[in-house]
Amino acid sequence: MLLQALAFYVFAFVVMASATMVVVSRNPVYSVLFLILAFFNAAALFILIGAEFIAMILIIVYVGAVAVLFLFVVMMLDINVTQLREGFLKYLPIGALIGLVLLAEILFGLGVLGSESTAMAGLGKAAPQVGAIDNTRAIGRVLYTQYFYLFQVSGVVLLVAMIGAIVLTLRSRPGVRRQRVAEQLYRPKDQTIEVVKVPTREGV
Amino acid sequence: MTIGLGHYLFVAAVLFTLGILGIFLNRKNVIVILMCVELMLLAVNINLVAFSVYQGNIVGQVFAMLVLTVAAAEAAIGLAILVVYFRNRGTIEVEDINAMKG
Repeated sequence: MLLQALAFYVFAFVVMASATMVVVSRNPVYSVLFLILAFFNAAALFILIGAEFIAMILIIVYVGAVAVLFLFVVMMLDINVTQLREGFLKYLPIGALIGLVLLAEILFGLGVLGSESTAMAGLGKAAPQVGAIDNTRAIGRVLYTQYFYLFQVSGVVLLVAMIGAIVLTLRSRPGVRRQRVAEQLYRPKDQTIEVVKVPTREGV
Repeated sequence: MTIGLGHYLFVAAVLFTLGILGIFLNRKNVIVILMCVELMLLAVNINLVAFSVYQGNIVGQVFAMLVLTVAAAEAAIGLAILVVYFRNRGTIEVEDINAMKG
């Protein structure tokens, strides 16, 4: 139990520290790398609590797809970093104030919820249940039966996002000469061959 | 020394606040703003999974997967818009994005 608590504190500290570094980092590339670190440690937190499947999905989707996409875009765009950093210190006081107020409100709400609500009272002490059925199987049983339509809709969301991204970034450049196979194949014969009557001893 | 629900909720609250703080601080850099949105979605996921585990109800983890799906779609669309914008204007400053203003 002590080891679990120690691991939780380490992972939670690294998550929060790397999230801070995402926000304050000067270079967007470093921000993306700290974002990857935060995702890995959040996955470790999920494993610690007993949600292994979500942890693996988090690594695959966030680190394997989203963070790499971010890294790709950051490196592809030639952005002026120092120009983008202008106003960081100007917004720091008001941003820190609003952040602190929001955090205090959330924690106050959690405290009230934890102390007064009877539904929450039992939750804080309940240890993660290690049942006979493992996490992945339990998710599958619910996901493919009760929430099957929701599952399909999430697939449609991904499809729409994919089509949208392709349509947005597709461009037809003017002046680029491409081979048009269909036009080549459907060319009629009179456009293809020209019969020239060549007079004798004169050439074309 | 046992780790309860409150610990996870605290981590999620701090992550969410850091995401909002990042949106306030990096007001010019759209890429960092998108990353902060991802951080906030991660905080929501931590909340969902923590409540799911401590209540013994697996549905929260199903919803966390849906949030993950939406986050991936949002990142793809946002970055595509960003690439198109950069191609047209040569900058990604938020203050320059007023082309649709009447």
